Amino acid sequence: MNATSVDEEFNPSVHVYEPHKVGLPALRPYFKALWQRREFAAEMSRTNIRAANTNTFFGQVWLVLNPLLLALVYYLLTDIIAGGGAKVGAAERFAHMCAGLFAFYYFSGAMTAGAASVVGGGKLLMNQSFPRMLLPLSAVRTAFFRFLPTLVVYLGIHMVMRQKLHWQMLLAPAFLIMLTFFAAGMGMIFAALQVYFRDTTSFLPYFVRIWLYMSPVLWFAEQAPPKFKGFIQYNPLYPLLGGWADLLVKGAIPKWQMWAGGGFWAILAFVVGSLFFMSREREFVVRL
Amino acid sequence: MSSLSVSETEKKPMQKSTSNVPAVKVQDVSITYRTTFERVPTFKSALVRFGRGERAVREVKAVQNVSFDVNHGTTIGIIGANGAGKSTLMRAVAGILPPTSGRIEVHGRVSTLLSLGVGFNAALSGKENVILGGLAAGLSRKVIEERYEEISEFAELGDFMEMPMRTYSSGMFSRLAFSVAVHMDPDILLIDEALSAGDASFKSKAAAKMGELVTNSRTMFLVSHAMSSVREMCNDCIWLHKGKLMMRGEPNEVIQAYTKFLQVGEAESVSLEDL
Repeated sequence: MNATSVDEEFNPSVHVYEPHKVGLPALRPYFKALWQRREFAAEMSRTNIRAANTNTFFGQVWLVLNPLLLALVYYLLTDIIAGGGAKVGAAERFAHMCAGLFAFYYFSGAMTAGAASVVGGGKLLMNQSFPRMLLPLSAVRTAFFRFLPTLVVYLGIHMVMRQKLHWQMLLAPAFLIMLTFFAAGMGMIFAALQVYFRDTTSFLPYFVRIWLYMSPVLWFAEQAPPKFKGFIQYNPLYPLLGGWADLLVKGAIPKWQMWAGGGFWAILAFVVGSLFFMSREREFVVRL
Repeated sequence: MSSLSVSETEKKPMQKSTSNVPAVKVQDVSITYRTTFERVPTFKSALVRFGRGERAVREVKAVQNVSFDVNHGTTIGIIGANGAGKSTLMRAVAGILPPTSGRIEVHGRVSTLLSLGVGFNAALSGKENVILGGLAAGLSRKVIEERYEEISEFAELGDFMEMPMRTYSSGMFSRLAFSVAVHMDPDILLIDEALSAGDASFKSKAAAKMGELVTNSRTMFLVSHAMSSVREMCNDCIWLHKGKLMMRGEPNEVIQAYTKFLQVGEAESVSLEDL
């Protein structure tokens, strides 16, 4: 569908709608409109958080319960079923696993929710004209705020496992921010793909699961299994989660390669994701 | 311009505002949906098609070479059989669906009340939906909070405004949708058969509100199968058939031609309808 409207698209007084080439909309008015309606994305995410657990007994307590259960499941998996391996540094390994798991689940949750936001927002898309990018961004915002209680849970685990507190832990949010941008970018890519191939929905969980095992979550970054060593640095989550865990668990400042790698992947995913999404978003209504 | 439009008689341009620019200018617009044969496109069928070297796109020409102008202060009825392209045309005017070819110029703020739902999320309360809808339409939170009172008063839903919308009846849904649409202070209001579920008292209230908007030189598009309401409320009329503009003019004449075309007696077509 090679049709779109020109720059006045979201201007409230005069609109001109006409077809032109497939491609990006005029970027300046697009981002202006996007910024103007940031309140919409924020409000949507707030109401979604409020509405999420209203039917359950525990309600918002699930935000704390979820990471605890997650930690339990993977504790069973790695320490009990797999025999635990060396008992040295078990507490640190557990703390590391929790830090990695929570960050990974935050990432995968944000990405999956962002991916589902366009196909799931059917009616809103059919009846309102607004920059569609608000939908995945709002989903990522939701995931971010739902992740915040998890940080407190991690801190609790950190204390219980008798890990030291380091000032370097305060730098960890830098990697969290990079991870958020990366998740937003990936979410936008999958959101646009899902409009064309609905199968993406079913395929995504497996993709996420494989990614989990390939990332330094259940093992330390520098203890990468020998088989992975050759290509591990090409995994975007390697610097992102590796740096995050180094700072948070060990209080060690990651090497500059980790910072550069994380920043590179975050920016790349976000730019490519948003450009791809924008170039496709005017087709969404016709395809839904 | 379209050669397909049977009559493009600019019947008394019911101009109430002083400006010469029409509110909506539709120039030679065509809208084509490209769909694959499957109801929902999947990767597998795409692969199979790719293997066979086919591209199974079927084009649905929903609107074909339609041109017309609508002046400020006009209430224009849009009639036509099911699948004539009425809703598609409304979506295009609202800027939701881009035209495949041609050009649409809209002067003024558009508010839509479209038939396929109103962008409401059933898990959220009526109030939350009103605020979200307003924000999506680009209003500021302050303005919406102010209008919220009017909206809830007009909709007369009482305590239901605080309840999730999944608890609403379809009549309540359309009451709220209508209230939102008319209170968005639109210059151009698009109404697409959304009133069918309202009860008699709300319909007359809605009709009064629409009349009020029109006297304030607002422009209104009314898509309806209810000929009596088109005849009552509109001072201009368009008849679409299979995506083509068949006739434009005085509502009575257009409706007469339309009902004759459908070979339905007028009495018959009126008997089952209401506003």
